[in-house]
Amino acid sequence: MSPVSRGFRGRRPAEGAASRLPPGQYETRDFPVLSAGPTPRTPLSVWDLTLRGFDGKSVRWTWDEFVTLPRQKITVDIHCVTKWSKFGTDWEGIAIDTLISEAAAKGVKTSGYVLAQSDGGYTTNVPLADLTNGKAWIAFNYGGSPLPPEHGGPARLLVPHLYFWKSAKWVRELRFMEADAPGFWESLGYHNYGDPWREQRYAGDE
Amino acid sequence: MNKVSNQSMEQPVVSDRAIDSLRLDGNAAAGLLSEIFASDVTVGRAKCAGCGATRAIGALHVYSHGMGMVVRCPGCDGVVLRVARTATHLWLDARGAVSIAIEGQS
Amino acid sequence: MAIPGASSGTPATSEPVATARILWRIATVLEVVPETPRTRTVFFDVPGWPGHRAGQHVDVRLTADDGYQTERSYSIASPPGESRLALTVERLDDGEVSPYLTDELHPGDQIELRGPIGGYFVWDVETGGPLFLVGGGSGIVPLMAMIRYRVALLATAPNSAETLRTRLLYSSRNWDEVIYRDELSRLAKTDRTLEVVHTLTRAAPDSWTGFRRRIDRAMLNETAWPVGENPRVFVCGPTPLVESVAGTLVELGHPPALVKTERFGPTGTPG
Repeated sequence: MSPVSRGFRGRRPAEGAASRLPPGQYETRDFPVLSAGPTPRTPLSVWDLTLRGFDGKSVRWTWDEFVTLPRQKITVDIHCVTKWSKFGTDWEGIAIDTLISEAAAKGVKTSGYVLAQSDGGYTTNVPLADLTNGKAWIAFNYGGSPLPPEHGGPARLLVPHLYFWKSAKWVRELRFMEADAPGFWESLGYHNYGDPWREQRYAGDE
Repeated sequence: MNKVSNQSMEQPVVSDRAIDSLRLDGNAAAGLLSEIFASDVTVGRAKCAGCGATRAIGALHVYSHGMGMVVRCPGCDGVVLRVARTATHLWLDARGAVSIAIEGQS
Repeated sequence: MAIPGASSGTPATSEPVATARILWRIATVLEVVPETPRTRTVFFDVPGWPGHRAGQHVDVRLTADDGYQTERSYSIASPPGESRLALTVERLDDGEVSPYLTDELHPGDQIELRGPIGGYFVWDVETGGPLFLVGGGSGIVPLMAMIRYRVALLATAPNSAETLRTRLLYSSRNWDEVIYRDELSRLAKTDRTLEVVHTLTRAAPDSWTGFRRRIDRAMLNETAWPVGENPRVFVCGPTPLVESVAGTLVELGHPPALVKTERFGPTGTPG
């Protein structure tokens, strides 16, 4: 049994924020940077985004093409599995719905599961149903400015209703899969789905 | 664990690789790895599965935060070891190391 | 029962194998000593402490009364062989742990710590010299353990002083924030084989004749032992400083295997 360190309090949730916080979370006013590797710094002249169907057929946008797509501004709360939550974050990006309909026009078909792949090798898996109907974006502006590299710029996946490790930084490809396959953290003990409201942090959590 | 501060760092960049202020050394992995390995593995030598370079684990690059720890090869940035701590388990993925050699006790 | 092949009278005992399994231990605060306005050295009694090597660190774990726990790593400031274990902690204004350690702890309080940890960033007499130590801010802590260990060594082996000649290049924001300032000055005065070179990066006293800038290539060129002398180099501090210094030393010809680094992350201390 660890002895209690007299007078140590650690971080505690802000007053009044309790109903907005998923279980086990505390509010932060910062935006902590968690990284699994060196920050990629892909020049916009090289950057592209690919949607790839399970049959291999793909559609690709360069940066210039990407930013002319219809964009949305959203304000959302985000929740990290390391227990911090940040309320009212402002983003601008392209809805995954938009990308999917653009891709469909070019014959790229979706399927039930998506693997997001990023510069630097990070991956995460999300069911298609959690990316569509206004639930997810590829975000390139944060707080009114271009998304900085340490937070995933030029562009990151944004899926605010799941733990934030699902919002893959430096995203470059969404690959549609017929069967689910665990990504970087999902294959190392973290929950496959990651709903903060059901506190699905680790594999085996209900 | 570590948070980015607002301190500006005007250090001159002396190499091509940008300085990532969150990067640590293999020493930072020693405590966590001591829960998996029976001896101090940071003096052990790991051969990177990505580029074949062999280095003391203490000399590898460590990225550590609340989800886990990723140990990378300074040469090719390939992942050598990954460790995650969940509520009940410690998970280790050592596929990025072809081998780890630890000097034995005589 | 007679054991074939064993000579009589020789007991078949085996030496216990030293296990390096590191346990959490309870540490009791003995004393808290201010070093600079933002740093304190905390002296602990750690029953069963197995001893450590200069440069190693400990993990500290704090537990709140509702069971919440958090951990941080801190370099050991005391040299091997002392009865009290010392950690020197810099208070980060928005840190979760450091303000507790610097401002809250009283003698008698208990924390948990695990160690000693890390066999890579260590200096023992067997490693040899000359020694070039480069520290930024609280990066001085493990280097000071090495310097204090060297003092104890030379007390019993004064002939090794020249072989183990040591130069410390220490970067601080200003003169008030130089940790161990008086002790370093005293040691350098009494030992001509220990040199301490300060650089102050933000403000210096009017009478200051030393370096007044961040460590750069010219400064390293001037202060490092020549490559031909095979100096053992230890660099510790905020990650950007460590990477810049280590990279430059390698460019100047120091073999990477002789340049050991301990990065403290972005802010220079674990928080």
